[in-house]
Order: sequence, then C-alpha cells, then structure tokens
Amino acid sequence: MRHNALYTILFSGAVCVACAVLVSSAAVSLKENQLRNAALDKQRNVLFAAGLAQAGESLDANEVQRRFEGIRSVVIDLRTGERTDIDPIGFDQAKAAKDPATSREAPENRASVKRLPDHALVYEVMDGERPSMAVVPIEGYGLWSTLYGFLAVGQDGNTVRGITYYQHGETPGLGGEVDNPKWKSLWPGRKIYGAAGDPAIRVIKGAAGSPADAPHEVDGLTGATITSNGVTSMLDFWLGDSGFKNYLRQFQEGQAL
Amino acid sequence: MTAASTKTLLDPLFESNPIALQVLGICSALAVTTKLETALVMCVAVISVLALSNVSISLLRNFIPGNVRIIVQLTIIASLVIMTDQVLKAYIYEISKQLSVFVGLIITNCIIMGRAEAYAMQNGPFDSLLDGIGNGLGYSAILMATAFLRELLAQGTVFGAVVLPKVHDGGWYNPNGLLGISAGAFFIIGLFIWALRSWKTDQVEPEG
Repeated sequence: MRHNALYTILFSGAVCVACAVLVSSAAVSLKENQLRNAALDKQRNVLFAAGLAQAGESLDANEVQRRFEGIRSVVIDLRTGERTDIDPIGFDQAKAAKDPATSREAPENRASVKRLPDHALVYEVMDGERPSMAVVPIEGYGLWSTLYGFLAVGQDGNTVRGITYYQHGETPGLGGEVDNPKWKSLWPGRKIYGAAGDPAIRVIKGAAGSPADAPHEVDGLTGATITSNGVTSMLDFWLGDSGFKNYLRQFQEGQAL
Repeated sequence: MTAASTKTLLDPLFESNPIALQVLGICSALAVTTKLETALVMCVAVISVLALSNVSISLLRNFIPGNVRIIVQLTIIASLVIMTDQVLKAYIYEISKQLSVFVGLIITNCIIMGRAEAYAMQNGPFDSLLDGIGNGLGYSAILMATAFLRELLAQGTVFGAVVLPKVHDGGWYNPNGLLGISAGAFFIIGLFIWALRSWKTDQVEPEG
C-alpha cells in the first residue's frame, strides 16, 4: 500500500503515543505491587538466612511481617562499623553503591566487587533488648553471574548462623546448588575468623566434615568449583576490612546496642 | 469453528511447528527449559504476546504504511512484552526473577515478528488470533517437552516434586549435568526435530 510521507509520519507518531500510554500506565499501576514484592522477597530471604523460616516454607506477606517484628533494620557506616541515623526505609544499598557521592572504588578483590557503598543495610535479630544475630548482605561473582545473598552471624560476631542467596544466575544443578537446603544446612556453626583475625572461612573441594572438625571449612559444590570459589571470595571480601569486620567486632563487644 | 480455522490453530503444533520446522525461537527454548515451572510461565507469556500482537497488527494492517511496517510491528510487540513483564513482576515475582531477562527478550523472539509479518499483515483479526495462539502452542509443546526431560534428568524432579531421588540427597539417581546447562537443550530439540521429520517426511529439507 502506498502512502505519502506525511501520513507515514503521523501514523508512526500515533502508534508511538498509543504504545507509550499503554506501557506507562501498566508500569505506573503495577509499580506498587512490584516494589512490595521486591521488598517482601528480600525480607523473606533475611528470615531464611537467620533460620527464622525453613526452606520450602511459603510465607505470605502477613507472616513475613509478623516474623519480622523482632528484627531491627539498621544502616551502618561500612568504614567504621558504627550505626548511623539514616532511615533504613528507603535506603537502597545497590543505588548507594552506584552513586559516586555515597560510594568509593572497592579495593582489588577476587569477588569482583567494583564499588563499595559508604553505608550498608544490616538486619539485627533482637532477643529482647539485645541483638542476638546480625544478618549482613553479601554479593560477588561466581561463574556466570553475580550472586546476591545474606549471611547470618551469631552474637559472638564469629559464628555463622545461616546463609542464603536470593539472586543468581549460576548453572542449575551445579553452581545453582547454592540454593540447595542441604548445602545451606552445612553452614551454621562454622567460624568466620582465623587466629590472626582475618576471615578464614572457605568453601573447599570435597567434604569438610562437621563444624567441630573443620570450623573454617564448608563442603564444595560438586561440579561447581568456580561458584564455590566465588562464595569463598565474597565472604573473604565482605567479612574483611573493607566489609563488615568492624561492624561485627562492635556487634560482638555489645557496643552495637 | 470451520475446518480452515481449526487448521490455522492446530497446524503449528506438528505440521509447521515454529521451533521444529521453522527453527525459530531457539534462544529462549534453551534458556528457560531447565525447569517446568519457568518454562510454563514463559509459554503463557509467549502465547499472550503472540496472540495480542497478531490481533493488533491484523487490525492495523490496512493502515500501516509499507515502508515502516517492520518498525511499527516491533513497537507494538515491544510494548506488549514490556507490559507482560510488568504483570509478571507484579503478580508472580519469584518466577519472574528466575526468568530474568528472557521475558524481555520475547521481543527478539523471531516467532512473534515472523507471524506478524507472514500472517497478521495479510489476514483478518480472528484468523490472526488463532494463528497466534496456534504458534504459541506449537512453541509451548516443544518447550514443555524439553523442560520435562531436562528437569527430570538433570534434577530428578517434575514441577519441583522429587521423582528420581538424587545420590547426594540420599537417593540412587546420578543426575545428568549436561542437560542442566543450555547446550543440553540442543540435543533434546535436535532429537525432537529428528523424530518429527522421520514421522512427517515432507518436512525434510532437500539436500544440496
């Protein structure tokens, strides 16, 4: 069919406007739901890491809310490990890490973390007035993708209480087994720091044995050496000097009250 | 429904399957078939986008200027895909997270533009709707069969329920890692194409 140039331009314009209206109204009307889902998903994973929810348990919004009552969200200064007055609601760590005003270049690290935010959002599980567990975010590169997760640390600032990943793109059945409840159940009880005070916890090749026999080692994922090494690297980084080491030390000393 | 409409709807299942005969949409067929659950959501998404895009393009077919038709089709398809992605994120967040970029990549799924250009531009909205759903179903048939085999053999489960207990979970089944990675899907789809062409020999391409 032949049309003149003016018709073509007008037609294209009309299609663009119509599509733009459809797309933006869908985006705007669904936005609230999506943000709620994303927030809920994160909270759910904090609960998984802290052992306050079991794997495979499906929690609706109310249940997550209820279990989250005993958890305090705190924004800390990553350099000093001290708490800040920044409102945890609305604090977006991923955004803060991108903004040059609220982040700096990360030191050379094997976890391929490029930028380090000045502040980080942590969750403290309260036992009455005193926090009994800290849940800190971790992220780092595996084989194909960046893995995002949480690590729960006990009151001594040294004992792992749980680990979970809420986002990754590793090979299902191999590296994707970081989601396997059986593997995750190997973590509680392991110790983070070695005698020198540096992170010593690592994922080894093969089986590590019980936490009493091998306090700093966790079984490797079969057929996923690179993902396993990625987990080691990210723990090394996030629990080290640039990460949450200062915070965890204060947490253990009880100054974090 | 007339015989012709039934043919439009059902032919893409075996006679002119978009994946097996036309070998379109392979990229997503490799990516989302590790699990039945994600494959199912992907199929529903593709069927909806394909049906809606075929209908809207068919309604506009007499008004779309020939020299910009491809870009108009693409605009419409892209808008529908973004909307689908938004709906998934709002209502089934968990699964949409697993599908990650692949819903967005429906835009580049050749089946959709292929049908818009080859069918919807020449036929009425009702036939185009049937054609869209039919091709979507043809795509889904291959996707679901591939996902079924991959999930079963690589993870020992069907829709997440354990069928073959894995060795490292205390069972007897030693999972096939090859099918867990995308390359594994090539073997399965290749075998499907072989089987289909042995059954319907007219689909075999002439050599030379």
